[in-house]
Amino acid sequence: MSVLDSKVPKGPLKDKWTDYKDHIDLVNPANKRNIDVIVVGTGLAGGSASATLAELGYNVKAFCYQDSPRRAHSIAAQGGINAAKNYQGDGDSTYRLFYDTVKGGDYRSREANVYRLAEVSANIIDQCVAQGVPFARDYGGLLDNRSFGGVLVSRTFYAKGQTGQQLLLGAYSAMNRQIARGKITMNNRHEMLDVVKVNGKARGIIARNLITGEIERHSAHAVVIASGGYGNVYFLSTNAMGSNTTAAWKIHKKGAFFANPCYTQIHPTCIPRSGDYQSKLTLMSESLRNDGRIWVPKNIEDVKAIREGSKKPTDLSEDERDYYLERRYPAFGNLVPRDVASRAAKERCDAGYGVNATGEAVYLDFASAITRYGKEQAKIQGITNASEAKIYELGQAIVEAKYGNLFQMYEKIVDQNPYKTPMMIYPAVHYTMGGIWVDYNLMTTIPGCYAIGEANFSDHGANRLGASALMQGLADGYFVLPYTIGDYLSDDIRTGKIATDTPEFDAAEKEVKERLEFFTTNKGEHSVDYYHKKLGKIMWDKCGMSRNAEGLKEAMTEIKALREDFWKNVSVPGGANEMNPELEKAGRVADFLELGELFAKDALTREESCGGHFREESVELDGEQEGEAKRNDTDFAFVSAWEYKGEPSDAVLHKEELEFNDIELKQRSYK
Amino acid sequence: MNLTLKIWRQKSPEKKGKMVDYKVTDISEHMSFLEMMDVLNEQLINSGEEPVAFDHDCREGICGMCSMYINGEAHGPDRGVTTCQLHMRMFKDGDTITIEPFRATAFPVLKDLVVDRSSFDRIQHAGGYISVNTSGNTQDANATPISKHDADEAMDAATCIGCGACVASCKNSSAMLFVGAKVSQYALLPQGQVEAVDRVKNMVAQMDLEGFGNCTNTGACEVECPKGISLENIARMNREFLSANLKG
Amino acid sequence: MSGFFNSSIGRKIAMALSALFLMFFLLQHLAINILSVFSPDTFNEVSHFMGTNPLVQYALQPVLLFGVIFHFVMGFILEIKNKKARTVKYAKNNGAANSTWMSRNMIYSGLFILIFMIIHFLDFWIPEINTKYIVGDMSGQLPNGEGFRYYEELVHKFEPIWRVALYCIGFVFLSLHLLHGFNSAFQSVGANNKYTKGLKTFSKIYSIGIPVGFILIALVHHICH
Repeated sequence: MSVLDSKVPKGPLKDKWTDYKDHIDLVNPANKRNIDVIVVGTGLAGGSASATLAELGYNVKAFCYQDSPRRAHSIAAQGGINAAKNYQGDGDSTYRLFYDTVKGGDYRSREANVYRLAEVSANIIDQCVAQGVPFARDYGGLLDNRSFGGVLVSRTFYAKGQTGQQLLLGAYSAMNRQIARGKITMNNRHEMLDVVKVNGKARGIIARNLITGEIERHSAHAVVIASGGYGNVYFLSTNAMGSNTTAAWKIHKKGAFFANPCYTQIHPTCIPRSGDYQSKLTLMSESLRNDGRIWVPKNIEDVKAIREGSKKPTDLSEDERDYYLERRYPAFGNLVPRDVASRAAKERCDAGYGVNATGEAVYLDFASAITRYGKEQAKIQGITNASEAKIYELGQAIVEAKYGNLFQMYEKIVDQNPYKTPMMIYPAVHYTMGGIWVDYNLMTTIPGCYAIGEANFSDHGANRLGASALMQGLADGYFVLPYTIGDYLSDDIRTGKIATDTPEFDAAEKEVKERLEFFTTNKGEHSVDYYHKKLGKIMWDKCGMSRNAEGLKEAMTEIKALREDFWKNVSVPGGANEMNPELEKAGRVADFLELGELFAKDALTREESCGGHFREESVELDGEQEGEAKRNDTDFAFVSAWEYKGEPSDAVLHKEELEFNDIELKQRSYK
Repeated sequence: MNLTLKIWRQKSPEKKGKMVDYKVTDISEHMSFLEMMDVLNEQLINSGEEPVAFDHDCREGICGMCSMYINGEAHGPDRGVTTCQLHMRMFKDGDTITIEPFRATAFPVLKDLVVDRSSFDRIQHAGGYISVNTSGNTQDANATPISKHDADEAMDAATCIGCGACVASCKNSSAMLFVGAKVSQYALLPQGQVEAVDRVKNMVAQMDLEGFGNCTNTGACEVECPKGISLENIARMNREFLSANLKG
Repeated sequence: MSGFFNSSIGRKIAMALSALFLMFFLLQHLAINILSVFSPDTFNEVSHFMGTNPLVQYALQPVLLFGVIFHFVMGFILEIKNKKARTVKYAKNNGAANSTWMSRNMIYSGLFILIFMIIHFLDFWIPEINTKYIVGDMSGQLPNGEGFRYYEELVHKFEPIWRVALYCIGFVFLSLHLLHGFNSAFQSVGANNKYTKGLKTFSKIYSIGIPVGFILIALVHHICH
């Protein structure tokens, strides 16, 4: 029997959550006033959880490293949020959303959690509308939907290209109401640097005030980690510069198991890197693939000519172009799922067909869409014998109406007009499906310590579908955690305030201070970014879109060596008792240097290809699917939960076997 | 390209600050402004000096964290962008670029180019919300139709990223575009009506308390706003405020 | 409502309302003065009516005075408060990039208008009050009794070239003040909508037309007499 108990309730799938809620222990309102909860991170999950817990009557202490909760990186999500509302009448249902999410996750998520997610999805939309979130509406005044990759219905709610922003501002406004009531104490510009356990339970955190550098002790009856994903382990990603794994990694080191670290989503449509100075990557909404055709030149000579500037992409005739997605996946073409599209781009660029100076870019071409729309418009407007220029003009107007803001953003960054010349795109790290292992209550393996949102592992399996991240963050924060945490806290009504002048807090604070002191006094020769960039390169080259045993072993060795060098040679200017962004970065990169190794170890252990994790050794060897990812349900239908044992390489694997009672496991095919 | 930078350096809120000159070389025109600052900081770290502290996070123009006053304009000379989206191709080889923190009494400098904008948060605490509990039994999202026009206008107001460029650009350091945008978002939606009177009064009172100046309608905020928030939102707030006071 | 007038927006609306009232007064003032160019007799009659009508003298005149003083005093109070909102100045500020010179310098155009107003009051208003309420001559007649005095006094004032020049400069500042102030007043009271574009055109006509009208009157009287 595994040490992991998922605590999934018994009973039929569709009744589990309702029955469970009905029988869960509650804390009465008078007692909630005596209970404190710490929430670390104020994105969609942390923000919504803070607000809801405070509404219920708990005293919430919320923490974020930004200068305001409104700036959490959830704000950057563009596309939308899924919900099984069936407003479009296209046959959507809770079951369908559940099914799509499990299938999209390549059958590596926990069925009961995903079903609950689908169940509460509709409530999220109701709640957000009530908060004043200005979702897009149609002319009848009702909510509009768009469809997203990998599904057959229109269930995505959106607010222009800024859905994440609007949902986050909704959660932020709910927080503001509670801050004004005094139920949330907001600690901006604070970073959690350790969790404090008392008698085995999470009872507080050590945080650093990023303005003054002061080390603070905060106690609570439960600690909720909502600190997001660890995509920045790659240095370059679509994450914010400050996004980090420190909070998650600290609880891992204190006993929380880390699940499936190798599941990373690499998003196919990002703006390519332009040089070594690049600090981050910018995502272009996936919706572009609805109308854009992806290609590289067929002949290597043309690639060279384009790189030298002697040829332009528009000079190449149709015969000279390789629309590789349409060639390889005739059924889905340019609309294959994210992981497939990303790998295909990498395959072409590795073969030398990348079209920019770095060799890491492919074209996303709208010319044929513009012509197609132009012809349609000419017909609608009754223009006969329209000139090519006129058709182009008419088509461009349609494309502009659909993607204008994205095209503008592209032009600002790249300084090329995407109406005139094809866009260049390349995959970039975007989201991490892996994270802290949690049970059905969202509790980690440390009693009283919870993980929600991207920080946990539970709902997306090995690959996340578009518009599902926002749904999960808000589901956890608004509708799941506030119930399940009561079950745990009901035992704490007589505990009283947790004291911070105890040996446990002393020890944790001492450890934190020693580490900070090391950084500020070490006479090293390299900046923190020097190490972060090196780590990123190892991760990208060896734990990126495609992985093999040899590369992963090398990655483990190289990361370990890099980490040892870091602890000898890192140089951090400034002191610990002041605002010091370099010191903040040093702590975060130190944790990434450990996580990176565990990541590689996890990827090495998982000898199958599933979702975002592609092992070159596990491919179909023959038939129609030759060369495509091959999942191994017999040996790997489990969650890898890693227990910390000192060095990342010594981590111990615990398996949570995944059971699928309501879904039949199938191999994905997009041919 | 090679550039001379004149940057405001200030150790802490209490210490006096001053402009300091730096040189950076081999800057690519494809770099973003903040990547140019990264180059400068790497250079400073390698020569044992303290790097320049500046706020930044998402680097894609949506979080509202970055906040520099570049050559006399909030977020620099380009339009419709934040500093992180400003590219070096807006400058020429040999240019001298002046970089200062956003200046306002209500935005005290914390260090170098980092300012404290928590006054914005406190204005939101005063009324930037609709009082609705999370229950799972809220009325159905489609129960109240909202005209597309109103929903779109509310969305336009809601795109404010709270960066503070409006305050920094305003000769009076007025926060009315920021507050006007929030008041407008809720004023345009039926959900916002119930608390409308108290909301606008409380938010304006808090805004005044924080020490922001008064609006003299120069329109600088609208021009410098990276999200193009319209002055109409200030006019709407003025109307809302007037009618709230007439109602009592 | 006391809270209202102590609030930033309340004061801004009060500024705008006093401005709208003053702009209406300017229009009326110009309309009467223009009569002096075309028909001295009508000008005299209207002036006498305005100068002796109890409603105008005892009700509207104090309101106007209050409006003028309020607008100036409140303008200065707000300016001081606004200056306090930024105590450390920018080393480099490129205001021209985002706003008009007029909008940024209302306090200076206002100050010049204030100086002009003092001279204007010394020229016309004080002698008028003196004649009517100190000396007690409400007849409006010239000392020699050969008809009304208003036209003669006006023409006489514009004989010296220095005064004409001073008035012209004063009106240029008035124009600059109005070029921002007119629209600004509407924006302050919350009128920014689909009519704003038309209003902006009208604003330009008004802001240039009114001062040019006054300047022309002064020039005509200076040149023709």
